Amino acid sequence: MMPEELQEIATIEQVSEQQFQSRIYVCVAAGCLSSQSDQVKEALDKEIARRGLEKWCQVKGVGCMGLCAAGPLVSVNGGEYLYQSATPADALDLVESLNDTPVKRLLCATNIPFFQRQKKIVLENCGKIDPERIEDYIANEGYTALLHALTEMNPSAVIEQVVQSGLRGRGGAGFPTGLKWTTVAKALGGQKYVICNADEGDPGAFMDRSVLESDPHRILEGMAIAAYAIGANQGFIYVRAEYPLAIKRLKIAIRQAERLGLLGSAIFGTRFNFHIDIRLGAGAFVCGEETALIASIEGKRGTPRPRPPYPAEYGLWGLPTLINNVETFANITPIIRKGGAWFAEIGTEKSKGTKVFALAGQINNTGLIEVPMGISLRDIIFEIGGGIPGDHSLKAIQTGGPSGGCIPNSYLDMSVDYDSLAQVGSIMGSGGMIVIDETSSLIDVAKFFIEFCMTESCGKCVPCRVGTKQIYQILTKIADGMAKPDDLTLLEELCELVRNTSLCGLGQSATNPVMSTLRYFREDYLAHIRVDEQESSEVPE
Amino acid sequence: MTIQSQIKTLKIDGRDVGARADETILEVARENNIFIPTLCNVDGLTPIGACRMCLVEIKGSNRLLPACVTHVQEGMEVITNSERLLTYRRLILELIFSERNHNCAVCVSNGHCELQALAQKIGMTHVHFPYLFPHLKVDASNLRFVIDHNRCILCTRCVRVCDEIEGAHTWDVMGRGIDARVITDLNQEWGTSETCTSCSKCVHICPTGALFEKGKSVTEMAKRQQFLAYLTLMRSKKS
Repeated sequence: MMPEELQEIATIEQVSEQQFQSRIYVCVAAGCLSSQSDQVKEALDKEIARRGLEKWCQVKGVGCMGLCAAGPLVSVNGGEYLYQSATPADALDLVESLNDTPVKRLLCATNIPFFQRQKKIVLENCGKIDPERIEDYIANEGYTALLHALTEMNPSAVIEQVVQSGLRGRGGAGFPTGLKWTTVAKALGGQKYVICNADEGDPGAFMDRSVLESDPHRILEGMAIAAYAIGANQGFIYVRAEYPLAIKRLKIAIRQAERLGLLGSAIFGTRFNFHIDIRLGAGAFVCGEETALIASIEGKRGTPRPRPPYPAEYGLWGLPTLINNVETFANITPIIRKGGAWFAEIGTEKSKGTKVFALAGQINNTGLIEVPMGISLRDIIFEIGGGIPGDHSLKAIQTGGPSGGCIPNSYLDMSVDYDSLAQVGSIMGSGGMIVIDETSSLIDVAKFFIEFCMTESCGKCVPCRVGTKQIYQILTKIADGMAKPDDLTLLEELCELVRNTSLCGLGQSATNPVMSTLRYFREDYLAHIRVDEQESSEVPE
Repeated sequence: MTIQSQIKTLKIDGRDVGARADETILEVARENNIFIPTLCNVDGLTPIGACRMCLVEIKGSNRLLPACVTHVQEGMEVITNSERLLTYRRLILELIFSERNHNCAVCVSNGHCELQALAQKIGMTHVHFPYLFPHLKVDASNLRFVIDHNRCILCTRCVRVCDEIEGAHTWDVMGRGIDARVITDLNQEWGTSETCTSCSKCVHICPTGALFEKGKSVTEMAKRQQFLAYLTLMRSKKS
């Protein structure tokens, strides 16, 4: 493909879109699909055809609109009206309403904080474009960042922009992305690789899935820019097999990009070649750890190895490898398009840009949100999230999945950024946020996460393999009211051991849910501890 | 100047030592008679840093690093015997003992077991974690050897020696976490393995009584590991 052709495709697509007087967008990402949004779309298509309105009204399947709890979501005329919980039977009324007043019974207010308080960068195309058509992506400035990078910037200028943006890895640890790119670019060796980590495994997290299902080309473009910057010609997307829709859409996207010459050889007539292949994970959480992921791509058992050497130096097949998370790559395109300085203005001093969170648990607006870094937890939960259902009060917020911690409600006004979260014993993680109300037991929460880590441990190193099992047994004992004060001491001793001596991040962070609940909700634990002497003295004879 | 020929100086437990740049902390410590315990590591096989017994402290870093895979650096200050390290070693060893059935009195390796010897050496007198005591099978289908999973500590020495030295790759690991097991071929009985050459390398490299020869009593079943050093030496000379 040559640069002019990209513009041509964009223009043709924009013109054909403008022909329509009305537009109905139906969410076809996994959340709404599970409540039969495909049937809603089909019914709308039929209704439009029955009335012969095909040239007048467009029905398009689009990506996630965020408010998953109210699905299937249908958006009319670019967000003029938003309808919730639509069913195929509503198709008639919905089409009827195009010329008339909106269907009141389905109307979902869009002036609520859930929509107003968000800032969309990563999700800018979600809910707007058809994820299965590359033309739609191109019409929305798609692949212009790649064009700009390849034709007007040298690799070091690309890296310079990423460094300037202050972007940090969105996979969990928050390593500066620009620094990572610099190290891989500097690594010696002709053959290098780019890997996209799409093995999103945290319970309750679905950020990466939404991006892949709603805007797959954005990831391909981000990876291509990264490959150009570091000097790679081959990329891999490691995506978990539990995401069939994401895989399907990625495959379609790769095929479309290859057909147009946006992936492959001599992209935009330059000397830059880049190919992307998909590798499927087989359901192991530990394969989200970069060295285990690399082993898995190589066809080996997915177990981590000690670092250093880091993948930047010794990665896939022993060659320099850049490995970034889906959301990190999704941020690259806007950074190149609008400049690193623009990105650096958003967020806090040390955490730039926005973060996508999957809001789940006991909260009214379950779904996907994107907010600027530095927003307070209170704003996320009570403004955007719409508060807690029923008359219950907030007890804790769990961030970062099994590697994160529970933050008590006294920290509600804390700023949400990498460093503040780490300070209170949790982590940003990949963006799972589970809201816990007073009716839940935090010991159960800790037990759930440690059980998850125990069963997902690869079994390579002793502290993680045996330590998590022992911790789980002690927590079970505490939850059952069978534990004695000594067990609590043992629990703390074990947590410290597993954190400090485990081989990889899974074990090192596996105890965070236990340690943070012990730190903030110790009285909950103590209430479950059996003190035999007291008990026996109280028993009346 | 190649990396191998570069000489580094560092401190281990306050002692100044010299080392080649391609040497690990463990190698240098052993040359200087400084004790660092190991279980999964054995000279001649690729180190994997799995047992975590050889963790050491490096001044200026709050992470503990496995000495068997960490290369020396100029000016590095290594501490191998801090209070914290001694505690962690003992606890890790206790975890291993709690994991499966390590009952020395009825084990064929009693008296010449690396796990037992290490426990004695670092003064682990008892286990204060509950014993998990899983019921694991004993595979005696091989004509000459037996694998008793109850004694296995998953050091994967057998896996590595079979793959790297014998070239058969009969052994591998299956399952996750606490359910991980070493297996022969595609998790079939050892006796039916088509790749096993019955070379006995795995048996003799095994640090515990998990792998042993049939018909041998406790005193007869001392493991002979010299073959590995000999093969490594002869093979390096050949090339």
